[in-house]
Amino acid sequence: MAEPHIDVRYVANLARINLSDEEVARYSSQLEDIVGYIEKLGEVDVEGVEPSAHPIEMSNRVRKDEPVSSLPAEGFLQNTPDQSNGQLRVPKVVDA
Amino acid sequence: MSLASSSLSSLRQKLVAGEITSRDIVQDVIDQISSRDQEIGAFLSFDPDSALSAADQADLSLPLGGLPIGIKDNINVEGQPCTCASKFLKGAYTAPYDATAIARLKAAGAIPFGRTNLDEFAMGSSTENSGLQTTHNPSAPGHIPGGSSGGSAAAVAGKLIPATLGSDTGGSIRQPASHCGVVGLKPSYGRVSRFGLVAFGSSLDQIGPLTHTVQDSALLLNAIAGEDPRDSTSLHEPVPDYTEGLDQGVAGMKLGLPREYFTDGISPQVRERVETAAKSLESQGAEIVEISLPNTEYAVATYYIIAPAEASSNLSRFDGVRYGNRTGNPEDMLSLYKDSREAGFGPEVKRRIILGTYVLSSGYYDAYYLRAQKVRTLIRRDFEQAFEKVDAILTPVAPETAPKMGDATGDPLKHYLADIFTISANLAGNCGISVPLEPIDGKPVGLQILGPYLGEKEILRCARAVEASE
Repeated sequence: MAEPHIDVRYVANLARINLSDEEVARYSSQLEDIVGYIEKLGEVDVEGVEPSAHPIEMSNRVRKDEPVSSLPAEGFLQNTPDQSNGQLRVPKVVDA
Repeated sequence: MSLASSSLSSLRQKLVAGEITSRDIVQDVIDQISSRDQEIGAFLSFDPDSALSAADQADLSLPLGGLPIGIKDNINVEGQPCTCASKFLKGAYTAPYDATAIARLKAAGAIPFGRTNLDEFAMGSSTENSGLQTTHNPSAPGHIPGGSSGGSAAAVAGKLIPATLGSDTGGSIRQPASHCGVVGLKPSYGRVSRFGLVAFGSSLDQIGPLTHTVQDSALLLNAIAGEDPRDSTSLHEPVPDYTEGLDQGVAGMKLGLPREYFTDGISPQVRERVETAAKSLESQGAEIVEISLPNTEYAVATYYIIAPAEASSNLSRFDGVRYGNRTGNPEDMLSLYKDSREAGFGPEVKRRIILGTYVLSSGYYDAYYLRAQKVRTLIRRDFEQAFEKVDAILTPVAPETAPKMGDATGDPLKHYLADIFTISANLAGNCGISVPLEPIDGKPVGLQILGPYLGEKEILRCARAVEASE
């Protein structure tokens, strides 16, 4: 199993969350405990066992290919924090 | 007995007989909440006017005609808020559509009423992780109601409303039902559509009812179960009438007691209650056998890899762009995401997202996530093998009765370990129900009855036998 050491600030950045120094310290110690505990799975013999992504085996279920009505754009846009001309507005992403 | 504290089936009889109207019921629910919910804290919000106008149009020919049902605040009801008890969504989100379970409730004549409190994004088992409000256990003052569907359980136990819907990812219906003294059912994975339920762990989540009686649980399951083209994991299986045969009793049923569930970790009184319930069922003609679920000791570790991993992925949609609150006036996209998520999420949600991101991250995926998925297969096989021998399994719901408020905060691992008896059913996908037993020192305690995949009829029948003899 992997070393139970988490670089919380690095992982929080991957998850796109800012953390204060106090939070980093607190989560580091709590997550060390939790990860230390889940290391327990290292004991289990999983040789030849298929992983389960779901509790039941089903795949590629498709509905009938018939057009159905869907929510109008306004329905989706009513909850956006910032919009303009029927589109979501965000800070500049690409430099000119 | 007030209307708000009555069972759905008794209200239905009175409605059909013309003794009361739907408006009478809804008005009583409003009155009860207005006068008593300040102390309980079960509801985050409700809209009396729309509920009363729905009551005036109630169609009593439908199976749930005119009956108000409280809704956990992570299930979308068109035109109502859906906060998930998070600051991220508070005041910033109105559901533009109905979840399928809600559309089905409405089609059955029911009136979705109000929004019940929960641990933020359903992450927790005490409702103390709500970012918005504290919920008290009306059946055990000073104690937590359990969670994450703590508001839904407290609303029924506190006699504010006849029944509610909750969601269960690792015990979030059954455990608060046990702690508050009501009936809570987690259907088999795929039995009820998840469309419109704000996703936490997509391979684990199920919507289910919290009610006063087993009969009401069956009534609500009748309404919400069934295939849904909008949820590709919903099952293409017919929905039987779950109220049929409830009183057939347990004679001839084989019921298993898993030896791994009766260890030192469980309070002697809880153990005694479960064993007494088993003896009572035996005296009613059931055969009680000891069984083994050998991978039980790995369930918590498996769950606390898979659930946070799925959560970290599901909650990436809360980014301050599409919905919810955007924080500050960010100059670039990265700060927009990071600032909004820092301000919007509470501590438990951040902890789980970070844990989930870690176990999925490059270099750790095989050691944690993939391995957990394999152990999940073993846990599933344990149940498959057990259900070759027995019709249902009897277990405690939680190792102890409801802890005092504030007891486990600051030590998340301690909280996680208490989920041991409920999470396996989510990992394996089978169904489970919590039904109240005789309280311990005045505090409620439930019996968990686990059924095989799609074994809802069996566990409801068994739960009804427990209810009738308590």
